[in-house]
Amino acid sequence: MDFVNFLIQLLNSVQYGLLLFMLAAGLTLIFGIMGVVNLAHGSFYMLGAYLAWSLAAMTHSFTLAIILGTLLSVLFGLLLEWLLFRHFYKRDHLDQVLLTFGLIYVFEEMRSILWGDDVHGVTIPDVLNASIPLTETLSYPVYRLFMSGVCLLLALGLYVLISKTRLGMKIRAGAFNHEMTEALGVNIKLIHALVFAMGVGLATIAGMVAAPVSSVYPNMGSQVLIMCFVVVVIGGIGSVKGALIAALLVGLVDTFGKVLLPQVAGMLVYVLMAIVLLYKPEGLFKN
Amino acid sequence: MSDAHAPLETLPRSLKILLGAALLALAAFPLVGTDYYLQMVTRMMILAIFAMSLDLLQGVTGLVSLGHAAYFGVAGYALAFLTPPGEPVSLWWTLPAAVGASALLALIIGFLVVRTHGIYFIMVTMAFAQMVFYAFFDNKVLGGSDGLYINFKPEAVLFDLENKTVFYFFTLALMLLVYLFLRRLLWSPFGRALAGIRVNEHRMRALGYGTFNHKLAAFTLAGALAGLAGFLWGAQSGYVNPELMGFHMSAHVIMMVILGGMGNFAGAIVGAFSFEYLLHAFKDLPQMAGFNLGKHWQLWMGLFIVALVVLAPRGILGLFASLLKDKSEKQSTQP
Amino acid sequence: MTNAHTAHDVLLRANKITKQFGGLTAVNEVSVDLCKGEIHAVIGPNGAGKSTLANLLTGDLPLTSGCVTLNGQDITGWTPEKISRHGMGRSYQKTNIFRSFSVWDNVRLSAQSRSQPKPFNPLAWLQHASHMADVNERAERALELAGLQNRRQAMAGAASHGEQRQLEIAMTLATEPQVLLLDEPLAGMGVAEAESMVRLLLRLKPLHAMMLVEHDMDAVFALADHLTVMVNGQVIASGLPADVRANDGVQAAYLGEDH
Repeated sequence: MDFVNFLIQLLNSVQYGLLLFMLAAGLTLIFGIMGVVNLAHGSFYMLGAYLAWSLAAMTHSFTLAIILGTLLSVLFGLLLEWLLFRHFYKRDHLDQVLLTFGLIYVFEEMRSILWGDDVHGVTIPDVLNASIPLTETLSYPVYRLFMSGVCLLLALGLYVLISKTRLGMKIRAGAFNHEMTEALGVNIKLIHALVFAMGVGLATIAGMVAAPVSSVYPNMGSQVLIMCFVVVVIGGIGSVKGALIAALLVGLVDTFGKVLLPQVAGMLVYVLMAIVLLYKPEGLFKN
Repeated sequence: MSDAHAPLETLPRSLKILLGAALLALAAFPLVGTDYYLQMVTRMMILAIFAMSLDLLQGVTGLVSLGHAAYFGVAGYALAFLTPPGEPVSLWWTLPAAVGASALLALIIGFLVVRTHGIYFIMVTMAFAQMVFYAFFDNKVLGGSDGLYINFKPEAVLFDLENKTVFYFFTLALMLLVYLFLRRLLWSPFGRALAGIRVNEHRMRALGYGTFNHKLAAFTLAGALAGLAGFLWGAQSGYVNPELMGFHMSAHVIMMVILGGMGNFAGAIVGAFSFEYLLHAFKDLPQMAGFNLGKHWQLWMGLFIVALVVLAPRGILGLFASLLKDKSEKQSTQP
Repeated sequence: MTNAHTAHDVLLRANKITKQFGGLTAVNEVSVDLCKGEIHAVIGPNGAGKSTLANLLTGDLPLTSGCVTLNGQDITGWTPEKISRHGMGRSYQKTNIFRSFSVWDNVRLSAQSRSQPKPFNPLAWLQHASHMADVNERAERALELAGLQNRRQAMAGAASHGEQRQLEIAMTLATEPQVLLLDEPLAGMGVAEAESMVRLLLRLKPLHAMMLVEHDMDAVFALADHLTVMVNGQVIASGLPADVRANDGVQAAYLGEDH
């Protein structure tokens, strides 16, 4: 494999990895802080993609679509948290698994009713619809760099928020001891709502940003959910840093695997997970 | 696991009588049922075996596996690979072979996943099952997304499985055998240890139990029994596809076990029958005000699942048992 | 530390064991000997590392350094179940029973661990657990020792606090260990219950090497043959109770407040 091809695959790996990170970060945060597993997390990704498609069609502006879409889905997430999820923080995992599995069904059907079952495409906005030439014949799409850029920015923002701000401190405190944090005057319910909204927001933005590249189709949420789970298992539940490193690892293994060992490419990521399980069953960066 | 799911290990007497009556009804059903319904009830009994296998893992041992369908599907595929296109194959070695394949897969995956706990376990069982799913889905050699056909039911020599009634009774007998075996297992030293692991694994280790090996054995046995169900499914329907190993199938069997009531195996049977019936009922819903209710059966299913979790965590048998308890309490307080 | 024990009396020896959690040293080079027929009490303020010490000895936590021998065998790095089978029994400060089982089932399951057939053995799946005679005998003995014979049908979770503490000990006894590690067996007990528990512990003494982690000073001085005081993960005094009591450092650091 020559250098240019290697570079292309590396960029693809990073882009895919960062996208997975957006989803995994939300999942791992929500689980690490509220202790709830959300099988419907992939549905927010799907929601983002469908919102991007329909809002872009309505407003003719990709940027506007993203802003509106994020707002709408965060509101939706907050509503869900207030109505359902916050009552399930103390229930055992089986209940949460079932509840969120039921939600997957409900969301899929709502999507079918609202937007139909066809596959859709989202056009890349003109300003980003270019390619950077790498050689005479090969070039790299600017949009994919844009995707990586957005994810990286959000990842940085998340890092700053969690480790450098007072809000982040409250969030981290809440992860350790709800009662104690509450006793110190922190509104734990608000923190939970915020964390949930963040998780939803990240997943939705991921879906929106990925839509032009991956297209918009039914069940797109379930496929990405599995990868998300693999990332969280490898990285360690509750660890955002772990999610980032694991996501990039998965991105690398998957992308290069498809190129170098296409017959077994689908299995490689699971082999990676199996290896991690044998040596560190709690993930690479478990708190 | 919380007390909300504390299983009914010992069924109340009235419930046992009811279930006995249901068994008799099942045995007599072929006398009155048409072919269509015979096949539907056979399918329900196959799913009941599948559900009982998960109950061992989930209801007794407390391990929530989101990937149990992998072992169900693999056995069906094993039969598909072993059956040549032009003639039937012998039941007497393909059944053990298929069950063995499922058991082996469960042993391997179990070895990797049983070392995890809680939410990790749920996620990795799901992940590995998806791996198996994609292995079949992506590879034309294994049938790909179209699946494989099984043109002949296995040959039993002593009886003819191509006859729907014979197949029905064969399945009924196996379902009964599995139930009796699992009930026996529940009260065996192994079964008691599994229950202990469910309630307090940490203490079990402190008492000297090798909980890893116990959980692995339960995982493998559950996988083997799921394989039995999968073999029957393949034999009955004559067709296997990757969906049999998919996430939805795994989630459905969890639903069946929860719906019926966990930990006593009778609940798994009740749950399997009820769930299948409900699924058909939702799918058969009519049009109403221009809205095709049946087409969107997933919506009703989803809402039903949510309602079940919120309102009846101990399932149908649990509701029944608490109704009986209330009734007997009322009677005892009356003068 | 007194050295009146000959080698074969010592059933458990912890040699300079240390546990570090990142930058925090929870247990710092602690050495403890447990001899048959003696009760060795470990006392200290909250956060002194007593429970961590117990967890290190039972294998619940891996050691950072040091070694532990049980019945002459080096058990450093062994899993909790292996250590238990080698003769260690532990009771917990926070009651750690099977709440949804009956009192009898709790003790029976504990006793069963010593007769447990291998899990992949199909015979293990078909026997009837309640028909195992040796298990029932062991369980019955443990039940009687703890004084719970008349409460065997009660649901463990519904039993009184004192009964649960008794059950806690009964479960440990059902595995017939040589070494007993008891973490605050008197926790939350009323006067009568505590006296009853003290009598039980004295009955157990001749047959076991016992370590007692306790806060109840009266019980400690009534029971202990040997006393170790821990503060901030370190042993600040160890020896005969009378000597330790008189030790100025101990008075200042710890006993002063409780008297």
